[in-house]
Amino acid sequence: MSEAFARPEIRKPKNNVFKKTKVLTDNVLHYCPGCGHGVVHRLVAEVIDEMGIQEKTIGIAPVGCAVMAYNYFDIDMQEAAHGRAPALATAIKRMLPEKFVFTYQGDGDLAAIGTAETIHAVNRGEKIVIIFINNGIYGMTGGQMAPTTLKGMPTSTSPYGRDIQTMGNPLKITELVAQLPGAYYVTRQSVHTPVNARKAKNAIKKAFENQAKGCGVSFIEVVSNCNSGWKLSPVKANEWMEQNMFPFYPLGDIKVDGELVK
Amino acid sequence: MKELRLMKGNEALAEAAIRYGVDGYFGYPITPQSEVIEYLMSERPEERTGMVVLQAESEVAAINMVYGGGACGKRVMTSSSSPGVSLKMEGVSYIAGSELPCVVANIQRGGPGLGTIQPSQADYFQATKGGGHGDYRMIVLAPASVQEMADFVGLGFELAFKYRNPVMILSDGVIGQMMEKVELQPQQPRRTEEQIRKECPWATLGKTPDRQRNIITSLELDSSKQEVFNNKLQKKYAEIVQNEVRYETINCEDAEYVLVAFGSSARICQKSMDICREQGIKVGILRPITLWPYPYQAVKDLVKNGVKGFLVVELNAGQMIEDVQLAVAEKVKVEHFGRMGGIIPAPGEVVEALKTKIIGG
Amino acid sequence: MAKIVGDVVINVERCKGCGVCVTGCPKDVLTLGKEVNGKGYNFVVKQNDECIGCANCAMICPDVVLTVYRTKIEE
Repeated sequence: MSEAFARPEIRKPKNNVFKKTKVLTDNVLHYCPGCGHGVVHRLVAEVIDEMGIQEKTIGIAPVGCAVMAYNYFDIDMQEAAHGRAPALATAIKRMLPEKFVFTYQGDGDLAAIGTAETIHAVNRGEKIVIIFINNGIYGMTGGQMAPTTLKGMPTSTSPYGRDIQTMGNPLKITELVAQLPGAYYVTRQSVHTPVNARKAKNAIKKAFENQAKGCGVSFIEVVSNCNSGWKLSPVKANEWMEQNMFPFYPLGDIKVDGELVK
Repeated sequence: MKELRLMKGNEALAEAAIRYGVDGYFGYPITPQSEVIEYLMSERPEERTGMVVLQAESEVAAINMVYGGGACGKRVMTSSSSPGVSLKMEGVSYIAGSELPCVVANIQRGGPGLGTIQPSQADYFQATKGGGHGDYRMIVLAPASVQEMADFVGLGFELAFKYRNPVMILSDGVIGQMMEKVELQPQQPRRTEEQIRKECPWATLGKTPDRQRNIITSLELDSSKQEVFNNKLQKKYAEIVQNEVRYETINCEDAEYVLVAFGSSARICQKSMDICREQGIKVGILRPITLWPYPYQAVKDLVKNGVKGFLVVELNAGQMIEDVQLAVAEKVKVEHFGRMGGIIPAPGEVVEALKTKIIGG
Repeated sequence: MAKIVGDVVINVERCKGCGVCVTGCPKDVLTLGKEVNGKGYNFVVKQNDECIGCANCAMICPDVVLTVYRTKIEE
């Protein structure tokens, strides 16, 4: 198969401006087409690579779509019980204070079953990074209602839309943890456009740098898509996310260097 | 240097943990085991050995901290009492499924539910037959003295690391709370990261260029691979059954009747046995030290030696009796005597039960 | 006069045809093709030679499909 519009003459190492980081394995990601998980995985791996901490980083995978995150990072990793990743990370960081420890969790894992572990790890000011993917739905189990599912949003367990009276409110756990003194850096990002993805990467880098400095928890929410669960094409899902998720989950820093952003 | 002290069982367990060079203890208060974490906190283990002691937000978090610390090849432990141990069962299943070493102590109290804060042995089934989900086994050690509360910390970690398997110290409120003389081992240093990397090549300590990345997980979505793993676990368990059965027999050489009891019940039975012997009844004691693997062969040997009947004495409604019955296979009489709700039977009650249920029955 | 030129190399078998990269390209270089790869996805292809090597596509590709080159050439 001949490649159209190729410029083989410029494909030289010195001209390379983007290639897969060595901190990602060659495994093809199992996520659905267009899923933001792949981008966030890559950004975390790139930060680990750029900081030169591959040998010193231990990651914790959650239960949920990212349960097999350990297949993609070429670092030591452990897979937690549902919601318990911050408890694992607490122990690992305390056992190995010189290492870098991060959890990678979805909204069901972090904001429903693992709420206690999340809040207490943050409140203790554990010197860890928490990456929180919020797509407002349980993707892995087939699109059920999440704690972060928006008002009126249909899911397989709220087929007529989330009814606040009977199903409760969507939980802004990121704003909640930002109030805790142990939270050093709390931000909400997205990765659906090049500009947003670059900002998210900077945030992830800042988070790991905070850990290097021995500061408290750096908590990065990434508002992401679930085109399978939302039953939209990948591109349409990103548009829906901008129109519906961002008004309720506004992007930007919430707490920086231990101070709430006004 | 060894040292003699008068201590509570719970304190002896805690002191032994520091002296054995345990790296981390993660706990949550519950009666009757709160002295474990209280003692540890008061001893400043972070200064004595650098040991991490952390009061978690729940038993669930504590066992998952153990899961995280165990993955790093560290010597990590937790303790609780019955209702709290129920909460830990999820984590124990993950630890078993990820083949990690750890020690979990259960200072049992009466149940079900919130039950009572008084001593009990009603978690025998939970400890020896599962507790958490999936086909797994815990090595279960049953201390019957304050000395064994201390000794089983080291033994527990040796077995846990030898087999990469969780070990439970199944104690109870009697052994945890009572004070006895205990001989403490000298202080051992905690292992360095280099030692752990050598001894535990599987540990998640950071991927070095000389090895592949280490992954600690209990997930396998491919059924055929999961079955291969299940078989591997079963093979390991068979090896443990082969090598690690521990028990004590007292006066069984000429015994016509045997009291089978573990932990605090075995202590009561010693007095019951003395009373019987004074009355000319030839009674011995079989005290299982490992409740899993269970000393079935020891029971079978006693049947072969002519024992006429077994009274299984437990602080529960009859749990270990099922294992004794399994070994005896209806060849001789097996009966249960137990008290519940936190009641500790007097030695005479056991003697009466032996007479009415076994000898006269 | 110097001109920035770029090229993007597509790892066809990794592509899931989500089309997110297409939205990120400022020069409309990328589009979903008609052919399918081994997994049955309509993988992304180039439809012109205007790539400037900005790597926006790679930045939002969830599957690390793209490798990007950029250089200056004299015209």
